[in-house]
Amino acid sequence: MQRNNLRKWSLLLGAAAIVALPMPSWAQLTKYDLESRIGMESHVGNITGHAKDAKPDYRRYCVVCHGELGDGNGESFPWVDPKPRDFQLGVFKCRSTPTGTLPTDEDLFDTIARGLDRSNMPQWSTFTKQQRADLVAWVKHFSPRWTNEKPGTPITIPPEPEVTAERIKAGRDVFARVQCWKCHGVLGQANGPSAATLTDDLGRPIAAFNFTEGARPKCGDTDRDIYRIFMTGLDGTPMPSFADNIKPDEAWDLVFYLRTLMSQKSKEKDMAKQLGLKPVDPNAPAGQQ
Amino acid sequence: MSKPYNSAAVLSAVVLICCGALILGQKVNAAGEGKISGTVKLDGPAPHMRGIDMSKDPYCVKAHASSPGHLETYVVGAGGGLANVVLYISEGLSGGALTEVPTAEPVFDQKNCMYTPHVLPLDVNQKFKVTSSDQTTHNIHPLPNPMTGNIPWNQSQPPGAAPIEKSWKAAEVIPVQCNIHPWMHGWHVVVKGPYAITDDSGNYTINNVPPGSYTVTAWQEQSGTQTQKVTVAAGAAGSANFTFKAK
Repeated sequence: MQRNNLRKWSLLLGAAAIVALPMPSWAQLTKYDLESRIGMESHVGNITGHAKDAKPDYRRYCVVCHGELGDGNGESFPWVDPKPRDFQLGVFKCRSTPTGTLPTDEDLFDTIARGLDRSNMPQWSTFTKQQRADLVAWVKHFSPRWTNEKPGTPITIPPEPEVTAERIKAGRDVFARVQCWKCHGVLGQANGPSAATLTDDLGRPIAAFNFTEGARPKCGDTDRDIYRIFMTGLDGTPMPSFADNIKPDEAWDLVFYLRTLMSQKSKEKDMAKQLGLKPVDPNAPAGQQ
Repeated sequence: MSKPYNSAAVLSAVVLICCGALILGQKVNAAGEGKISGTVKLDGPAPHMRGIDMSKDPYCVKAHASSPGHLETYVVGAGGGLANVVLYISEGLSGGALTEVPTAEPVFDQKNCMYTPHVLPLDVNQKFKVTSSDQTTHNIHPLPNPMTGNIPWNQSQPPGAAPIEKSWKAAEVIPVQCNIHPWMHGWHVVVKGPYAITDDSGNYTINNVPPGSYTVTAWQEQSGTQTQKVTVAAGAAGSANFTFKAK
């Protein structure tokens, strides 16, 4: 009788385990899901990328970090920091599109060529444009978001105005008003009061950008890139979008002021020196910098 | 019993019901006026809610000078009533009662470096506003699982910023955080169909429930979920009381 019971229970438990095992807590995609999207395309300029053509390149160059299923869980995952992107989530730092929207094909195309500074993602400038476009389509085929949604509309960036002392000073006011210093510090040294506790969307510690150590911002180091970074935010990280709170003209002022914090030589840096510009005072009352 | 008396009573009852229906008809939608109500309590003494060190931001410290900020994981009122529990119908709804989206646009405010309310229940596709009453910059950063169809976003709100209007596409419990003030942690509980949240005494009422048999789920941020079967008959409200244990 007892043995009978035991057998019944072990059978039941076994059945439960079989039912429970293939159900991961975080909705994981399978190879089958991915196969169904192998027809994914990308369009960059007049080039059309095809996911299926990127498979050999992905398996040779990308899979070791980004993984067979594109979930960022490749062989190198444990030793890489920042962690490889999980393409299944469809959440990307470097976008020309508003926060919470998909990037454009061009955005991904540029990221592959640019690489991500201070990470294990190198510049893949050795690829032909066709190879890169194919890889963009391949990256897209990992996430159901590209089947269900359209990319966001890229933000409009007005032409860059002439740098003036007034603009740099106005940029300093924006830096104080929207409180960039809370994370980036008053001197841009990534030592603001909130810098130490920053985490990414998956709860992993992440550092604010340090302007003073000669590093290039991850999403590009042209003036337009910097404009785009704070106006779209870096999704998946603590860096929010300031699009609702900084007007386009002010945004250029802020770009110029950020240049004065960077260690690289620039016209803005020389002008700030001439002006004797002081760092913002976090304790000054609003509007009295 | 005299017959005229009876028919007069019936007539007056009918008239009353008609008048009532006319008046109520303005407010009550097609789902009808059924409801489910009850009380949610915490079993045992209220757990100690740890104080929050806000010294990162002098503005927040000043805002809490008279009432120090503390965690809001369990908000327990008189008699053990448990606040911030979301109640919704997880099974049994169909048609309009399931798909109708409330027109009310609730507000999720950042006030004194805390979220008010701490828990915001929402229907799928219901619009809500994020506002800031603070003189310090916040970034509002909900963290849904992108696999559900809800997409994470992250926007700044410096002092005086305009409200942000948003909605969620899918039912999900979404944690919301501010990276600048890491203690700021709230919840958007997105459900399909009518919902309610308990008040400070632990009481709740889910309105607009058509007669039928349902499973009601109660969600508490730390203790998890509980369910109960409830029947709503025409003209008789359903009732379900829940008791949670602190974790």
